[in-house]
Amino acid sequence: MEKSLDLINARIREGSARVVTAEEMPAIVDELGEEGALEEVDVVTTGTFGAMCSSGAFFNFGHADPPIRMERVWLNDVEAYAGIAAVDAYLGATQQSETHDRPYGGAHVLEEFVSGSTVELRATSHGTDCYPRRSITTELLLEDMNQAIMVNPRNAYQRYNAATNATDRTLHTYMGTLLPHCGNVSYSGAGTLSPLVNDPGFRVIGSGVPIFLGGARGMIIGEGTQHSAGTGFGTLMVTGDLKEMRQEFLRAAVMSGYGVTLYIGVGVPIPVLDTEVVRSTAVRDEDILTDIIDYGTPRRDRPSLARVSYADLKSGSVEIGGETVRTSPLSSYRRARAVARELKTWIETGKMELALPTRRIDPKKRSKPMRQTAVTPRVREIMDRRVISITEDEDIRVAAKKLLKGETNHLPVVDASGLLVGIVTTYDVSKAVVSDGRFRQVKDIMTRNVIRTMPDEPVDIAAQKLEQNNISALPVVDASNRVVGILSAIDLGKLLSGRRWR
Amino acid sequence: MKLLLSFSRKGQHDPGREPVIARVVKETGVLINVEKANIDSMAGEVLVDVPDGDADLIRRRFEEMGVSVRVVVDAIVRDEEECVDCGACMSVCPQEVFSFDPEWRLCVNAERCVLCGRCVPACPHGALSQQE
Repeated sequence: MEKSLDLINARIREGSARVVTAEEMPAIVDELGEEGALEEVDVVTTGTFGAMCSSGAFFNFGHADPPIRMERVWLNDVEAYAGIAAVDAYLGATQQSETHDRPYGGAHVLEEFVSGSTVELRATSHGTDCYPRRSITTELLLEDMNQAIMVNPRNAYQRYNAATNATDRTLHTYMGTLLPHCGNVSYSGAGTLSPLVNDPGFRVIGSGVPIFLGGARGMIIGEGTQHSAGTGFGTLMVTGDLKEMRQEFLRAAVMSGYGVTLYIGVGVPIPVLDTEVVRSTAVRDEDILTDIIDYGTPRRDRPSLARVSYADLKSGSVEIGGETVRTSPLSSYRRARAVARELKTWIETGKMELALPTRRIDPKKRSKPMRQTAVTPRVREIMDRRVISITEDEDIRVAAKKLLKGETNHLPVVDASGLLVGIVTTYDVSKAVVSDGRFRQVKDIMTRNVIRTMPDEPVDIAAQKLEQNNISALPVVDASNRVVGILSAIDLGKLLSGRRWR
Repeated sequence: MKLLLSFSRKGQHDPGREPVIARVVKETGVLINVEKANIDSMAGEVLVDVPDGDADLIRRRFEEMGVSVRVVVDAIVRDEEECVDCGACMSVCPQEVFSFDPEWRLCVNAERCVLCGRCVPACPHGALSQQE
């Protein structure tokens, strides 16, 4: 059996359509079977409410007298992109004000507008014959603008990697606060309620499909930026009228140590046309898998420490390497439910009819990494290969002599086979001198927990290690922990000289 | 019941120079659980947990020794307007103060809080604050 969209829409107009949320669907399919569920259910509603950084809105402010061709625009001191005609601008959610003490950004301005607050518009221009004005400052309400159209380039991620941190310091990321030594896990996404999880083949989700966006009736534009459905990370570009949105479903947020983002509610109604739709909307949290990624690795490709389901994540704890680690959602499941339920009410009461895609979204597409034409400088290219080292049984005076003779402040300490076991600095030696001979050998004064780097590590990461640990040199070791060089803050200066790198 | 003790350590005879907690335990026989202590050369602040029935006695004894005592209630406060029930606070809390009810509403068991303060910046919505 198949069901046409016309039939579903006719039922919606009549008020007789059977609408359920994606959370209710698996039990219905269990009870009635796929054919039975197809006959019974007309629409499945989905919902998610979480941080979606790639969001923002276009505004048209109307013309002033005398008129101005706005070249730079600020809303409550948050700069908006004004390179689009005289009185249009796009305000991005993550753009931050440079004047506020606490993080305040585009998301906050969007929330102020939606809550009915006044926002200060400031704009400047060089003045033209047709637009003579050079600056303007005025106070605006959302209703004062001709248009306030939300256009979010990347929303509603199909699923998202969960995050943890294997390093020994707390990290502040867009995935929230990550405690050291894999002390916690954070995750995002509504699992079974997530829109794209319920149509991974993009059969009924595509361009032109009506949606719930921030409390307003919105629409899918098409694939989102970085859309990668081929790897399970599909995204949507969506739009909706900011003037119809509600604060309940649109909230500014600050990820501590990272920056401003926007929490927004997105829901997509799925017409139950055939058994394939029934099957994809019967998805459960147990079926949706994701990786727990170590955000402590400061690289694009970070290692996965475990593979878990959304059911595991939602249970409150997961296992990583035999240890139980507590989990935190960053997105609100309670509000995701509210999105799916409100969308359900809209359809039951005939407030929204459904549509099929006017253009399909590619379910196989994979996003690519950046093509980098300039070489990322690596440690091996600037490190000093002439390492003067010492062994741990040697006398501190030998260390002092080596430091003086080598004109260095750092001596890596190696064992008999040349493996790194510690480091001694001029500071350590000076301390030993004033301690009246209590210490004699290098091993008495050396630092054993050595912060180190590798030859192929990008220089930016080595520089970050120096800064975070407040030190001025890093021994460079190979895979077997053999010392092959030393990288000092002075070597980093070579990069700035501009001789080798542009 | 949680009590926040604060004392000076400036002078030679200030309470912070004395083993006040040990003395109170020994005198009263009441077991005091130290949950957090922050003591430097000039002053100290210690959060202790004591049985509710003995709290008045313990409080009086500390005050007699020159320690100021504040009863900590609702150590962590949630702004219900700002909170969106996301749960970002849950896994950073060492005391399991936060949990979800069956409707995925965030519940705060403030009695368990030891004022570590980790959750305050971890909340993306600025909904959590510590009682001063």
